[in-house]
Amino acid sequence: IIVPCDFVERFLRTFKMLAVDPAKKLSFNRLISNGDLVIVYERHDNMKAVTVSESTVLQNRFGVFKDSEWIGKPFGSKVFSNKGGFVYLLAPTPELWTLVLSHRTQILYIADISFVIMYLEVVPGCLVLETGTGSGSLTTSLARAVAPTGHVHTFDFHEQRAGSARDDFERTGLSSLISVRARDIQGEGFPSEFAGLADAVFLDLPQPWLAIPSAAKMLKQDGTLCSFSPCVEQVQRSCETLQNSFT
Amino acid sequence: MSCSAAAECCCSEPNGNKSNNGRVTWEGCSVLLDINDGDRLVFARLSPAAKLKIGNKNCSLQPLIGTPFGSLFQLDGTSLSPFIPSPQADATNNEEIKDDGQPNVESRDNRELVDNNTAQTLTGEDIEAMRRQGAGGNEIIEALIANSATYEKKTAFSQEKYRRKKQKKYAPKVLMRRPVARSICEAYFKKYPSKIGFLRVDTLSLLLSMANVSAISDILVVDMISGLLTGAVAERLGGTGFVCNSYLGQSPYSMDIVRIFNFSDEICKRILRCPISDLLSSKESPEQILQVADVNDVCNVETQSNDPMGVTANTDEISHSSGNDISDLGAENENIPVIRACKATKAGEKAPQETIDSWKENGFSSLLIAAPEMDIWPLVRDVLPLLSNSAPFAIYHQYLQPLATCMHNLQLAKMAIGLQLSEPWLREYQVLTSRTHPSMQMSAFGGYILTGTRICSSSN
Repeated sequence: IIVPCDFVERFLRTFKMLAVDPAKKLSFNRLISNGDLVIVYERHDNMKAVTVSESTVLQNRFGVFKDSEWIGKPFGSKVFSNKGGFVYLLAPTPELWTLVLSHRTQILYIADISFVIMYLEVVPGCLVLETGTGSGSLTTSLARAVAPTGHVHTFDFHEQRAGSARDDFERTGLSSLISVRARDIQGEGFPSEFAGLADAVFLDLPQPWLAIPSAAKMLKQDGTLCSFSPCVEQVQRSCETLQNSFT
Repeated sequence: MSCSAAAECCCSEPNGNKSNNGRVTWEGCSVLLDINDGDRLVFARLSPAAKLKIGNKNCSLQPLIGTPFGSLFQLDGTSLSPFIPSPQADATNNEEIKDDGQPNVESRDNRELVDNNTAQTLTGEDIEAMRRQGAGGNEIIEALIANSATYEKKTAFSQEKYRRKKQKKYAPKVLMRRPVARSICEAYFKKYPSKIGFLRVDTLSLLLSMANVSAISDILVVDMISGLLTGAVAERLGGTGFVCNSYLGQSPYSMDIVRIFNFSDEICKRILRCPISDLLSSKESPEQILQVADVNDVCNVETQSNDPMGVTANTDEISHSSGNDISDLGAENENIPVIRACKATKAGEKAPQETIDSWKENGFSSLLIAAPEMDIWPLVRDVLPLLSNSAPFAIYHQYLQPLATCMHNLQLAKMAIGLQLSEPWLREYQVLTSRTHPSMQMSAFGGYILTGTRICSSSN
């Protein structure tokens, strides 16, 4: 199949979240292009994700902004509305994404995300299994941590939410790093194809102890497991189950 | 409030023939020895001659070479041997406790216990005699329990606690952990926090996240905490991009801790050093050439004296209070930091001019600062322009005021947005059936972090 030249060029120039291609790295010379994802910053507690296109406009309390006027400007620029109000256009990062993404479920925030990634010892090249995907907040940070050579396999038992997560990862340019699957890990365990291959497993389930034996089978020797629970009773029960194959 | 449990898998069945991938120890690698569940943490370099002192025994670390990280060993007699926990023993223990039900059904308590030192009939000599006859640690523990007049009257939890206490003394366990950012930071925070500017592990993890540290990035770092931050950033770069360890003046700061990470050559090559003045200037300064010459001259002298020092450091190191491998080297380093750069297998090479030029051309992807002694605002004012547009930065300080001043000035000068001053909080819990509670001691002081995003300067 022959692909038209300009299509390929447009695809390559699109700025998403991670510089998986060194040419797309953040730099003084990198300007906003059509199709780029930008974070519109009104205030520190008021931000929004916008995919820039020639035809769309942004309307807020400061007035009307034409996306087309943003194209060709550097990231971090201040841009003005028709009424003279202004916002800033920031390059997306997993932290900013966590603050602007649409919540389909309760999400993890930066403090917990950073701690989990530290404790899971995730570095580039790792294979990470995660469940449940939820709204993809942690997943986005995991993808950053394993890029460019690792991979995140994330599972959610809710078919529709798994689909929304997939869409989000397309939008943020992370689909090559994340695979989303609809599967009930509590009930069925992780797929056996990953046995002994995972560097890290993350559980955010109502009854994680049901998934822990399967997680143990997935992990390499010295692999890490993290289970996130809002209630200490859940943590207690998880810890009891952990005793058998973990230190 | 949410809590999480993090654990490491020590499956005893080998998971097939996977490539080493740094998961199995080798001669010369660094390890973190976790003795008796975190009671004592010791860094060691594995070699046939290396030893570890536990109690009054000096045991060889030879059995540890070639075993996977995460392996558990037990001191039986005078040598360390692999320990495989038996799942059944623990399970029945938990069962009994669960069957006892609520604590108020437990009928035993300590009302009759009198602490007059007569409960244990086995003497120190008896134990020595048993040992000479070849009794293992577990046999001694069983003997102590059998000869304790008060053991039966204790509650189930109390018995478990007694047994664990005896185990720690007579059959200590050693967990061989992989040195990574997390374990190294935890160990240093516990033992030598001043060397890392009291940077707690949750604070470090926030720094890495908020500064968007990721692969294929050029990251500017001002690290005055012995290289812990540099190492953590390099770990997240995974052999791509660069971490530029920069410094004021002409002498680089110590990067001792980087050696403990067991970095591959690929990752080491990505750790470069450069004086801030070079990054800010527009032409190459003559001082750079002199510095390179110094490193080469001193290098040869250093390598000859290396090995004997390595061995003695290992044998000296292990007692708690006396200097250990790390602090000995640290002390040397303060005097002649340039030598370390050479010894530390290529990490910390002087950044070549074309790399510096490309950094000036494209800007850095993010900035991290951990400089406890420094006045923050003047430093940030100078280096922030080196960041690309919309690049995030994260600055750590033990104290609030320097960061507050910096934040205020950044706002006035309109150099950054999304400014946020955070104070991380971390509480550790003991989690056991019916015995879950926070640990008795908690760090109340993990420092503060100032974060923000650099914005496009309005001069365009």
